[in-house]
Amino acid sequence: MSIARNDTSTLFAEGTASTLRLIAYLALAAILMVLDHRSGYLEDLRRLAGVVVEPAYRIAAFPADVARATRTAVVSQDQLAKENRELRDALLLAQARLNRLDALVAQNARLKDLLDAQNTLGLSVQLARLVDVDLDPFRPRVVLNVGANQGITVGQPVIDAHGVMGQIIEVLGNTSVTMLITDPTHAIPVMIERSGLRTIAYGTGAIDQLDLPNIPISADVQVGDRLVTSGLGGRFPAGFPVGEILSISTDASSMFAAAKARPAAALDRSGDVLLLRDQPQPYGAPAPIEESGPPRDPAGTPPVPAVQPSP
Amino acid sequence: MNRSRARIWLFAGSIAFAFLLQLMPLPLVLLPLKPYWVGLVLIYWAIETPERIGLGFAFLIGLAGDLLNGELLAEQALRLVVLTFIVLRFRARLRFFPMWQQTLAVAALLLNDRIVVIMVRGFSGEPMPPSMFWLSPLVGMVVWPLVFLLLDDLRGRLRVSDS
Repeated sequence: MSIARNDTSTLFAEGTASTLRLIAYLALAAILMVLDHRSGYLEDLRRLAGVVVEPAYRIAAFPADVARATRTAVVSQDQLAKENRELRDALLLAQARLNRLDALVAQNARLKDLLDAQNTLGLSVQLARLVDVDLDPFRPRVVLNVGANQGITVGQPVIDAHGVMGQIIEVLGNTSVTMLITDPTHAIPVMIERSGLRTIAYGTGAIDQLDLPNIPISADVQVGDRLVTSGLGGRFPAGFPVGEILSISTDASSMFAAAKARPAAALDRSGDVLLLRDQPQPYGAPAPIEESGPPRDPAGTPPVPAVQPSP
Repeated sequence: MNRSRARIWLFAGSIAFAFLLQLMPLPLVLLPLKPYWVGLVLIYWAIETPERIGLGFAFLIGLAGDLLNGELLAEQALRLVVLTFIVLRFRARLRFFPMWQQTLAVAALLLNDRIVVIMVRGFSGEPMPPSMFWLSPLVGMVVWPLVFLLLDDLRGRLRVSDS
C-alpha cells in the first residue's frame, strides 16, 4: 500500500511507484484474461469458488422470491379462481393435442422402423427452476438451481413449454448457467418448418429478437414461418420450435435475404424450464451412408468391392 | 478495539452489500440502468480511507466480482484497478470538491469504466453493446450523492457513539 504514506504526499502526483504497480496489475489482469479466454482452465477455479458463489446467488435472489411469495399470498380469491380456470382450459387443450400427438408418434415410429432409422424419440428431461439473479444486463444469462450434483453437463439444451431457450455453458455444484439463444454470441441451426430450408439463427442481444442474416435471396421464406431446430451440429435435437419469422429484407450487399424472428420460448425471467437429458446424436453431422451401388462416375475406375472386409 | 472492529464491519459489509445489489434482479426495463454499485462503494472508500484501499485490494475485489458474475476472469479486476488508480491519484482534489463537482467526477470515472469494458470485450471478440449501455454511468452519477451521504453518515455515527 504505497498510498499509506500519511499526508506527506503532494497534491498532484503519487510518484512513479504507484504507476509501476498499476502497470504490474494491469499486466497481471491481461495475462489472466488471456489465459481464461484461450484455455478456460480457470473455470475449475470458478467451480471451486462455487461453494461461496452459490449462497451469494441464493441470497441475492431472496428478496425477489419473498416479493413473489407475498404477491401470491395477497392475491385475491377470484383472481386465483380465474387463473385456475385458465390453466384448466390450457391443460384441456394440451391434453387434446397430446392425444393427437400419440397417434402421430405411433405412426412416426412405424415409418421409422420401415426406414430402419435409429429410433431416438424417447427424450428424457429434467425439471429445473430459475434462480432470479442478474449476472450482467447486457449479457443475459439465466441461472438454474441444478448443477453437477444433479448430473448436469455443459452443452445440455434448455427448453420451456414453448420452445428452445438456450444451452448450459457452465456448471457449478448445485447451480448452472444457461446461455440464451438471443445472446449475441449464440447461434442455433434451424430449419423453416414449412419449406424445409436450413439456416442459422443468431442472437442479437435483444431478448425478443433473432437474426437470420444469410438466407439465399431466392429462398422460400414468408413472414410468419415457424422455425424449428434442424438437429444439425448435434447440440440441439431436431424438431423443437425456435421462433417465428417477423420480417424479411435484403442485407447490405443484397446478395442474401436477412430475416428477423421472434423466439418461441418465453425468455423472460421467471418460471420452470426443462433440461434435455440425452442428445440424439453425439456430435457432428450424422455419419455418411456407405454407397453400396456401382460408382456414379460412368467412365469407370475399376469397380471397388461394395463390402469392406472387416478385421 | 470495539470501534475499529465496528469500522471494519461497516467496510466489509458495505462491499458485500454492493455485490448483492449488483446481483439483485430488476424488472427487464430497468436492467440496463443498474449502476456499478461495487465501483461506487469502492470509490467512496478510496476517497475516504486510502490506507485501506490499494491497487492490490481493488484487484482482489475485482476477482471476487468476476467469480460472482463474470464471464472472463480478471475483467472486473482490471476495471477496478483502473478506477482505484485514478481515484487515488486525484484523491486530494476529489475529496475537497463540492458535491456537484464530485458527482461530475464520479460520472467521468464511470464513463471511463464503460470504455474499459468495451475495450476488454472488444478484444475478446464480442460485438458492440446497444446504446442503453451508456446509461448506467448517468444513473451512477445520480446515485452517487446518496451513496456518499449514507456511508458518510454511518461512519460519522460510529465516530460519535464511540467518543
